[in-house]
Formats: sequence, structure tokens, C-alpha cells
Amino acid sequence: MAESIRITTPFTEEMSRKLKAGDSVLITGTIISARDAAHKAMTEALARGEKLPVDWTNQIVYYLGPTPAKPGDPIGSCGPTTSGRMDAYTPTMLDQGIKGMVGKGSRTPEVVEAMKRNGATYFAAVGGAAALIAKSVKSYTVLAYPELGPEAVAALEVVDFPAIVVIDCEGNNFYEIGQKPYRNFDMSKI
Amino acid sequence: MRELDVKVITENVAEMCKEAAYYLPEDVYNGLKRGRETEKSEVGKIVLDQIIKNAEIAKAEDRPYCQDTGMTIVFVKLGQDLHIVGGDFTQAINDGIAKGYTEGYLRKSVVGEPLFNRVNTKNNTPGVIYTEIVPGDKLEITIAPKGFGSENKSGVKMLVPADGVKGVKKAVMEIILHASMNPCPPMVVGVGIGGTMDRAALLSKKALTRSIDERNPMPEYAKLEEELLELINSTGIGPQLGGTTSALAVNVEWGPTHIAGLPVAVTICCHAMRHSHRIL
Ligand code: SF4
Repeated sequence: MAESIRITTPFTEEMSRKLKAGDSVLITGTIISARDAAHKAMTEALARGEKLPVDWTNQIVYYLGPTPAKPGDPIGSCGPTTSGRMDAYTPTMLDQGIKGMVGKGSRTPEVVEAMKRNGATYFAAVGGAAALIAKSVKSYTVLAYPELGPEAVAALEVVDFPAIVVIDCEGNNFYEIGQKPYRNFDMSKI
Repeated sequence: MRELDVKVITENVAEMCKEAAYYLPEDVYNGLKRGRETEKSEVGKIVLDQIIKNAEIAKAEDRPYCQDTGMTIVFVKLGQDLHIVGGDFTQAINDGIAKGYTEGYLRKSVVGEPLFNRVNTKNNTPGVIYTEIVPGDKLEITIAPKGFGSENKSGVKMLVPADGVKGVKKAVMEIILHASMNPCPPMVVGVGIGGTMDRAALLSKKALTRSIDERNPMPEYAKLEEELLELINSTGIGPQLGGTTSALAVNVEWGPTHIAGLPVAVTICCHAMRHSHRIL
């Protein structure tokens, strides 16, 4: 098994540019959760010329949708949600300084362009590995939009959060690269 | 006549919702382990290791296996010699769902109306309940919570009889290719063939309640299951990031159909193939 690369936050462009599609990583530090409703609120705030409630410079954003936390736990099971729902807002958010995104599923060409422009990396967390991922989360602190409940923008202190680089900042896409060697299927041969 | 109080149904359904969310069935767990042994992609191995470890943590700590604890599908077989007493049968099941999802710290993912006013019902009710009346005086309940990452990739195709086995295989593969890595593979694929459009869809869901180690009793369908599995595992989809373990099993169920039709339905389930089964 390939060794995982350890990365810590803040996650700079320099760190981002070293990662290649297919690299397995363990993230330690602070990552920030935000999903559909928070992305919408933030892009609307920017359109009105307002300042965002969080400084996104060199941050890693996590698209997550947790189960409720059991008493005594910082968070419930918290696997990744589908990143595609954030795509419409992502180029604007990347221009705010985000250097890493963690989610699951493919991204639009517009997002990939904005990633190249900003030197950002897109990671996949393993879809459905929600209990495992929860073990790496040590604390959960709401930073903004508390009215969004589990969808609020929150800081997660993580230790060895497991993820894999899917799209690197040159636009190499492991969803394509990773399938090719094992694709041996031809519809016309059925 | 044997009597069964609705309170017993509610209590059992509540327990079963939690069980299903926390404990991956043995057959699926073992299937993942077998997949890990044969997987060729290095990244695929890492993904499978995480999925297997996830199942172990969820089981050991009573935590939801996945954060999408699903819409609750309930299959009921009600013995015709059993008398349900003490209240409303359907309500008792929904009360059990509400109790289980609340007490078990499961995510509530149901909106009361789908199009104009999507407001969360806050207790994951109502479930999708299918009731069959059967001989005997027992009540058999299967709880199968369904996540929507994979449900959204499911589909139905209305073929014509001339399409035959080839047509069925192509229809299934079109749905699988369109789903690709989105439904959190390795998948378990339920296929319903025959009936009407709605019956085929229901058969594809029922197919998923069968163990992944058990093949269809009819040899022709068992062979079709094996062939479809091989095709799916040759797509390269793999465990999310490419590889050879795209699906753990294909379960096919069939039903009588009309002389002019050949409906085919495919329900894709993710590796979170969750179930709980009890006889009361
Ligand atoms: S598709 Fe399945 S494993 Fe993936 S997030 Fe949904 S319920 Fe979880």
C-alpha cells in the first residue's frame, strides 16, 4: 500500500502544488465545513459587497452532512456529501482564497479552471466512510450561520483525516485516470 | 386468533432502524473483504480498507455507518391469522421509525412534500411501507433504509420482448455507466424483470433484501446475475476511484409480465447495504 502524505493546515498554494491526482493524504489541523445553503449565503453576501464571516485564505473546505452528535461526542457520523451541488458557487469561493476542497463526486469544467487559476486541490473523502471519518474529528465549533443547524459554517479540528487527491491543481482527474487501466467494457460486445 | 399489540411493533421497528443504521450485515462485510483481496488498484485497496474499517467502527461503537441514514423502506409480511390490536398498524410502524431515528441519533432526511414546499418532517417519517398478506399468524418485518446518493442513480427501462437477454444486459449497463462512481461503490445491484413498470421497480428493491451470497434459484437467472456482475466489474468504476471491485453482487428477481412487455428496473445500492429483519 502506498504511504499517505501528511498535510497540515493552513494549506498553502505551495503545498497544494506538490500534490498529484491519486495521492493519498492524512489532514491534520483545522478544516471548515460548508455546504449548499452556506455557499449560497456567502456568494450572496459577496454580491452585496459585504465581507465574509470567515477568512478563507489557505483554508480547506469540507462538504459534509453529519448525523446528530451523541452526547459527549464532538460530531456524529460525518462522511462527504456530493460536491457537484456546490459547483455553481465554487469558482467565487476559490477566488476568496480556498486552497483545498473535500467532498465526493465529479466537478464542472468551470470549477477545474478556477482550481488551476488559484492553485487549489480537490480531495475525495471515501463516500459512506462516515463513522471512520468521525474518529478523526476532535472538535466542532460553529463559526457562522448558526441558523443553518448542521449546515452551518463550522471549524473542525481534525487529526489524520483520510482523503485522496482527485483533481490536482493542474487539472489531472483521478476519476478518469483511476478507471482507465481497469476498463475492459464494450457495450457493442454484449 | 393470535393477537399482537401495536406497541410491540413500534418498539421493534425503533430497534430495527438503529440496528440497520449501525451494523452492516455479515454477508456484505465479507463481500467487502473478498473484494479487498482481489482488488487490483492500489487506490482501490486504500478505499476498501477504509470502508471495511468504517463498518468495524460503526458496529463496535453503535454509530451510523453512513451519515445518510436513508429513507426507511419497510417490507411487511402480515399473517392472515394474526390480529393487530391496540391501534393503527401503519401509524405504529411510523411511530417506530420516528422513535428509532430520534433515539438512535440518525439523520432525518425526509421532506413531507416533494415539489413546492420541501419541509423536513424532522423524524424521518413516513416510511415507504409495503404490506403483503400471507398465510400464518406471524408478522415478518424487514427494514431497509435507502440512501439517496445511490437511489438517485436507479432507473427503469421499458423494453419489448424482442430485446431479450441482450436488451436486458444493455439496459442494466446503461444505468450502471450513468451512475459511475456517484452511488458510493462497491455497489450491490438489484434488478427486477417483468411485471408492470411499478412491479419491476418493487422487484428490484426486494432483490436487495436477499443475501449477496445467494443466487436466484432459477439457473438461467443465476447465470444472468453472474454475467451482469462480471460486466459491471469490467467497467473500471471500482471502489469510487477506479479498480476492479465495482459491485459485490447482482441480485435479480423476476415476475410474470404482459405478452407485449419486458420491463427492467435497476435499484443501485451503495456499499451501505443496510438491513434488519425480525419475525414477531
Ligand atoms: S450513497 Fe450510500 S454510502 Fe454514499 S452517502 Fe449515500 S447512503 Fe452513504
